[in-house]
Amino acid sequence: MQPIIEVKKLSKSFGSVTVLSEIDARIMPQEVVVVIGPSGSGKSTFLRCLNLLEVPEHGDISIEGQSLMDKNTNITEMRAEVGMVFQQFNLFPHMKVLDNITLAPLRVRKWAPDKARAKAMELLRKVGLEDKANMYPASLSGGQAQRVAIARALAMEPKVMLFDEPTSALDPEMVGEVLTVMQDLAREGMTMVVVTHEMGFAREVGDRVIFMEGGSIVEEGPPDQLFSNPQQERTRSFLSKVL
Amino acid sequence: MDFRFDIIIDYMPLILRGTMLTIGISILSIILGSILGLGIGFGKMSSRWYIRWPFQSYINFFRGTPLFVQIFIVHFGVIPAIIGRTDPFIAAITALSLNSAAYTAEIYRAGIQSIDKGQREAAQSLGMTNVQAMRYVILPQAIKRMIPAFGNEFIVLIKDSSLVAVIAAQELMYWSQAMSGQYYRIWEPYLTAALVYFILTYSLSKLLNYIERRM
Ligand SMILES: Nc1ncnc2c1ncn2[C@@H]1O[C@H](COP(=O)(O)OP(=O)(O)O)[C@@H](O)[C@H]1O
Ligand SMILES: [Mg+2]
Repeated sequence: MQPIIEVKKLSKSFGSVTVLSEIDARIMPQEVVVVIGPSGSGKSTFLRCLNLLEVPEHGDISIEGQSLMDKNTNITEMRAEVGMVFQQFNLFPHMKVLDNITLAPLRVRKWAPDKARAKAMELLRKVGLEDKANMYPASLSGGQAQRVAIARALAMEPKVMLFDEPTSALDPEMVGEVLTVMQDLAREGMTMVVVTHEMGFAREVGDRVIFMEGGSIVEEGPPDQLFSNPQQERTRSFLSKVL
Repeated sequence: MDFRFDIIIDYMPLILRGTMLTIGISILSIILGSILGLGIGFGKMSSRWYIRWPFQSYINFFRGTPLFVQIFIVHFGVIPAIIGRTDPFIAAITALSLNSAAYTAEIYRAGIQSIDKGQREAAQSLGMTNVQAMRYVILPQAIKRMIPAFGNEFIVLIKDSSLVAVIAAQELMYWSQAMSGQYYRIWEPYLTAALVYFILTYSLSKLLNYIERRM
């Protein structure tokens, strides 16, 4: 089976600081991969490389077999196939919730307004925010804003969804509502790469957990195995701090 | 002190004509300056130094030299070189537009760069091109933040337009000087001019406050 995302020997540095060194990874269709690791280990940079928000220096990234490094690949078109959810939501504050969701389907996919609107309403129902369609982002709680951001990414019908610490900026009582949406999404078969500190989510929803430290993948495996029987000392030491 | 309202009334038609020209020159210059400034602002934001450099130099030149000097250069140098004769009206608008473009370029740049970079990234991650991200996501937010600075620049421009009297563009200041010369009076012509400039800038700032509140 062809992986959705294939990463080969990916390296990235900022100036003289190497942030990622020779990362190899494959994300299979319908797989939920959870990335954990200490702050500064390169998790965000890794995720951002997957849709070229950061440009890698070495190595290769392919989406369904098409290389992002290939000069003939249209990066903008590839990005439309990869949804991304940010820690800070990044909703467009000057647009109503509905318009936040329909903007890219209208402008990038060139959908008819009726179709974009219907899709947006369907997604708002799915994340439980149908009644907020005509509100501005400023009037939403953090948990609601993040659910809208998820709906906005889903509206493009991406092949894979990337989540960069989607619950880290939320008040504790709002974490659950966002994780529930993500769990539903996983159950429906969405391919997902999730950077998170929510170990409960990793254990329950993840098919595979990747532990990163110092810009490398230290260890990976099914959550049960990685959490209860880590092979590497560095993994054990990290887990003892967060579990 | 005797204050001769009768000479102000005598001159009223010319004062009004001058005021209309002041308004015309200012509006045309702010429009042309804003369009030119948009290009210069984007040029200055280029990631390539050799594209950035000419735009940066333009801004440095027009902000670092007196408008008064620029008006002379344009009037006696640039315009004759292009159209073969001097023309105070064209020179006035050209000099004020070129000067204003340097300031509006910086307003655009500051406004655009004040928008959180997460906005651009969110737009890009949804598959938008740079142009789409700019048009639908960044500019609509940035323009709102630019309005006070634009208002300020427009007010400065109205006041600075009085300098073009020196090249005989027949605007408000030109007719005030003419009035002063004809009657050997100081207070009547220049207080009239000051009052008219004040009415123009004050109503403009009120209008801009209103627009800003409504957005
Ligand atoms: N744009 C950048 N410029 C310079 N250094 C950066 C930049 N982005 C990230 N870094 C550095 O790269 C390292 C990894 O960052 P990041 O990928 O955000 O880690 P994580 O998400 O695991 O906390 C950190 O040391 C960070 O300071
Ligand atoms: Mg991070």
